[in-house]
Amino acid sequence: MNGVSLGSLYALLAIGYTLVYGILGFINFAHGDVFMLGAYFSFFMIGVFLLPWWLGVIIGVALCAIVGMSIERVAYRPLRNAPRISALITAVGVSFFIENLGLVTVGARPKGFPRPELMKNVYILAGARIQGVTFWVPIISILVLLVLLYLVYRTKMGMAMRAVSKDMETTRLMGVDVDRIILYTFALGSALAGIGGVLWACKYPQINPLMGTFPGWKAFTAAVVGGIGNVVGAMIGGFIIGLVEIMIVAFFPGLSGYRDAFVFSILIIFLLVKPSGILGESLKEKV
Amino acid sequence: MKVENKEPLLSLEDLTIAFGGLVAVSDFSLQLFPGDLVGLIGPNGAGKTTVFNLITGQYRPTKGRIIFQGKDITGFSPDVVTTVGIARTFQNIRLFGNLTVLENVLVSFHVRLQSSFLAPMFSLPSYWREERAIREEAYELLKAVGLADATKEEAQSLPYGEQRRLEIARALATHPSLLLLDEPAAGMNPQETQELMRFIQKIRDDFNLSIFLIEHDMKVVMGICERIAVMDFGMKIAEGTPEEIRNNPRVIEAYLGVEN
Amino acid sequence: MGKEEKRDLILTLLLFAVLMWGVSLAGRYLNTYLIRILNTACIYVVAAVAYNLINGITGQFSLGPNGFMAIGGYTVAILMLPLVQKQQVYFLQPLIWPFNSFSFPSSLFILALFLGGVAAALAALLIGIPTLRLRGDYLAIATFGFGEIINVLANNFIPLTNGALGIKGIPEYTNLWWTVNWAFWSVFMIKGLANSSFGRALKAIRENEVAAEAMGVNLFRHKLLSFVLSGFFAGVAGGLFVTLISTVSPSLFTFTMTFNLLIIIVLGGLGSITGSVITAFIFAFLQEILRVVEAPITIGAWTFPGIPGMRMVVFSVLLVVMMIFYRQGLFGNKEISWQLIIDWIRGRNESGK
Repeated sequence: MNGVSLGSLYALLAIGYTLVYGILGFINFAHGDVFMLGAYFSFFMIGVFLLPWWLGVIIGVALCAIVGMSIERVAYRPLRNAPRISALITAVGVSFFIENLGLVTVGARPKGFPRPELMKNVYILAGARIQGVTFWVPIISILVLLVLLYLVYRTKMGMAMRAVSKDMETTRLMGVDVDRIILYTFALGSALAGIGGVLWACKYPQINPLMGTFPGWKAFTAAVVGGIGNVVGAMIGGFIIGLVEIMIVAFFPGLSGYRDAFVFSILIIFLLVKPSGILGESLKEKV
Repeated sequence: MKVENKEPLLSLEDLTIAFGGLVAVSDFSLQLFPGDLVGLIGPNGAGKTTVFNLITGQYRPTKGRIIFQGKDITGFSPDVVTTVGIARTFQNIRLFGNLTVLENVLVSFHVRLQSSFLAPMFSLPSYWREERAIREEAYELLKAVGLADATKEEAQSLPYGEQRRLEIARALATHPSLLLLDEPAAGMNPQETQELMRFIQKIRDDFNLSIFLIEHDMKVVMGICERIAVMDFGMKIAEGTPEEIRNNPRVIEAYLGVEN
Repeated sequence: MGKEEKRDLILTLLLFAVLMWGVSLAGRYLNTYLIRILNTACIYVVAAVAYNLINGITGQFSLGPNGFMAIGGYTVAILMLPLVQKQQVYFLQPLIWPFNSFSFPSSLFILALFLGGVAAALAALLIGIPTLRLRGDYLAIATFGFGEIINVLANNFIPLTNGALGIKGIPEYTNLWWTVNWAFWSVFMIKGLANSSFGRALKAIRENEVAAEAMGVNLFRHKLLSFVLSGFFAGVAGGLFVTLISTVSPSLFTFTMTFNLLIIIVLGGLGSITGSVITAFIFAFLQEILRVVEAPITIGAWTFPGIPGMRMVVFSVLLVVMMIFYRQGLFGNKEISWQLIIDWIRGRNESGK
């Protein structure tokens, strides 16, 4: 159950990576930090502005979407035609910027994230005491994922997104405003990351500015495992990585310190052996 | 002038390659002899560059063999194919843009370098002797193609025609016996094309080469090629002298008015 | 050797003599704070020039140099740490055999550094063989992954690395003689390589892999050569670093170190060795200057509180702005050569007439 819970969070985060990679062909290094921002924005909305929990979260997630779009507009769009590596370096810079800005403004000391009543309640199921958070998180995540699938595969915007990821030039020639689609993609991915951040904070209530880095990388691994560029793949990958991580900790408690290394190893193995992941397609350079 | 040799320099036997479900080249066979100047023509997408890529090892054929100077070189990687004696230019010019003209040519000498990488790191005299020698030879080559004045220019700053000549010089620097030219006249005006035609014949004679070229410009093909092979849909549909090809009904049909 | 090469070599050796003379004076006339910055700058030079070799000259984007520095650093630390310290520091779990039974005397410091480099180079060989087949951003991610794995190992493999506690009490052998020499000779060797036929082959790979291969360059072997050499010098830099500050811990060689090197080589110009040397110094000094900003400042009766972490914010903004507006950095991929300096002097003399 824990694995499913963790996996659904990774899935939420992984979709952001896969959407951006599918459309722009580059890896948004800073995505994990948007996840962190989701938790912090909501924290401030609730704690400082004393908004009711659900409203604070909605505003927090909306702010994430705005941040995501701003990053694209300011840092990535000027590099749209530059070599991929330049965009990657810039993304690294943006990631460090967000993390350190966080460190500077709120400090490195973890803060406690307010959990809503729903999550704190303890239920008794088949003799075991389970916290509300353990099943509300996966349920909410899965609902969000279903909404996302609807958006991507059943709406016009979603179709436009998929068109751009297949062939940007042709889509542009057909009159579609590609820049707007890209902004929408970033907004969507960032909102998901924000939601993921809030749910993560419900599960692990200590938030700090660097909380996004490792989940970010594990989510990226999930996206690669599932097939980078493929939304369903990202979801499946997320669950796989979540389950694997929990199982490693469960079966090899002595090696739990190494669990991050395991996930990175999985990432590297997939990149080497099956970079198209489980559901993706591979590309070759034309000579 | 040309010696008719019994032993083919290059022998392509039933070359076939498929990408996924699409068969790009199918049972392509051809022989080239030392000193030949052969052309490969066909409509767009016929598979001509794919044949070049098969010969030079960028692709591995799913069926068929490539025999060069009596050796089976099928499946050799491109760098090894070059050491064996086959050099090429590319349809879309692939120069080392940020390197100078001289450096572009010098890269081709690297494969024959005797020194280890440690020699230049410790500035050993043995390395400098080699470097001098290859610089001199590279300069001579650039003189032969008329680029001796531009040695220090950045390759990407050269005008288009000179870039094509540089690409050829770079290929010649690998000491090939067979030179593959992929659309060398692309983007050239009539005067440049004339110069190119003379140039190709000259280097064939001066450097003892065989030349296999892909071209769309029929003036060039009919003008300098002694033999022409025609491709359509991945298959060879005709082969012969320019006269024979010009009058071949299948060839005319394949082009269907895409002609001057 | 031709006339020009002889002249260049003599000028280089003259420069070396001047530098050595400068180092001998430094001990007397410079304060320890400044010397510490110069030492750090020289170590950054070694690491940055190595990093530029693989990233800038060969165009293969690695995000894992922190891992190689860590391997070099830990190797030197474990070799040089006195036996008494080894008992004390490794109190959780004793250091594994054979390292717990010997320790290098100061006379073997150069050997320890060399072995640190070799260890890092071996790691680069093992990592490079699988990953150098990858394309652009995938290579970056894979090398990043390996850098992180090495960090996790450093944090968890307690019998070797003492985990998160790190190792203290490493003898401080590094001083200006060592750092300036290593900086000078690394630049000399890597520049020598970059200007040679090998350098041209590496640059050709950067410019156009397909064409490079068609001209006879074996892509894999050359990428691997570049990667392994880069790893070697990164390892040496790591070894110099730990013997400068006398401690080593996993937190020294996190991705932040890679980030620092990245800024240095991007600011200097990807592919310009000269640029990296200069920006390594700029960076080392900037780090110190900005550290001042992070501490509380007292002016008269007012105390402005320090802002820790501001340094990295400034650096990250700098990186992003540079990538957007000034991607070629200070020197692009050009170098300063003796010939250029001579021409420049001659030019000024003539215009002065």
